Amino acid sequence: MSEDVKVDKVLDLKGLPCPMPVVKVSKGIKEVEVGQIIEVLSTDPGALVDFPAWAKTSGNEIVDTVQNDGVIKIYIKRKA
Amino acid sequence: MRENVAKNVVIEQPSEAIGHNGEIKEQIAELKTQMESLSEAMPEDKLSMVVFSGDLDKVLAAFVIATGAVAMGMDVVMFFTFWGTPVLRDRQKKAGGKDLMGKMFGTMLPKGTGKVRLSKMNMGGMGTAMMKSLMKKKNVASLEEMLDLAGELGVRIYICEMSMGLMGFKREEMIDYPNLGFCGVAKFLGEAKGSTVQLFI
Repeated sequence: MSEDVKVDKVLDLKGLPCPMPVVKVSKGIKEVEVGQIIEVLSTDPGALVDFPAWAKTSGNEIVDTVQNDGVIKIYIKRKA
Repeated sequence: MRENVAKNVVIEQPSEAIGHNGEIKEQIAELKTQMESLSEAMPEDKLSMVVFSGDLDKVLAAFVIATGAVAMGMDVVMFFTFWGTPVLRDRQKKAGGKDLMGKMFGTMLPKGTGKVRLSKMNMGGMGTAMMKSLMKKKNVASLEEMLDLAGELGVRIYICEMSMGLMGFKREEMIDYPNLGFCGVAKFLGEAKGSTVQLFI
């Protein structure tokens, strides 16, 4: 599915532990327009739980999550 | 008889309806005022935190939660009190005019984020040094970096006046921080009362 997603911005957060992934994502998402999608790369296993919690609270949408070789790719659509 | 009843109903209906209308309007107005006072009393999406501890691990946890909360879209305010107070002293700054006890507290308590120690396994400073190097290796932000980040993200910090007075700290020896204030317990309670999350660390 991830191949179908049109990505407007990529945020490489590999190697950053808590709380940096959500802090950087909350800043990064503001750099795209509402309706656009960012791709976030993270190596923090906590991100799998943290990003959905962040998205729910901040009113954004996780479109897709892909795990590959310890790298987690999360596609987030800016909603708010 | 039946005709009479029917007539009565026809005649009474409009006046009854008007009566109801007035009642409904009154009820709506009453509800409106109730709703207004309710929304005033509703807690904001805000985190109010007391940082009582002055240990590296605990203060670090406080800042991780604070910066994370900003990322979640929350307004964040931290209140540093008691052992948390010396953490916010500026290493470079000096304050004169202290009495003996003030001078003692001044030298015995950590001066700033660089001097705070772990609450456990400090081992005469060895444990803290090891933890710091481990944090660096694992890319975990240092306390200094977290403090800078908090300032950048608009986290408000208040320092307890009573603790400062007790330990003899002066305002001029505290850090330069964009949203720094000094207050008492009422300020904390005022903020905490309107917050969705309150923490004591």
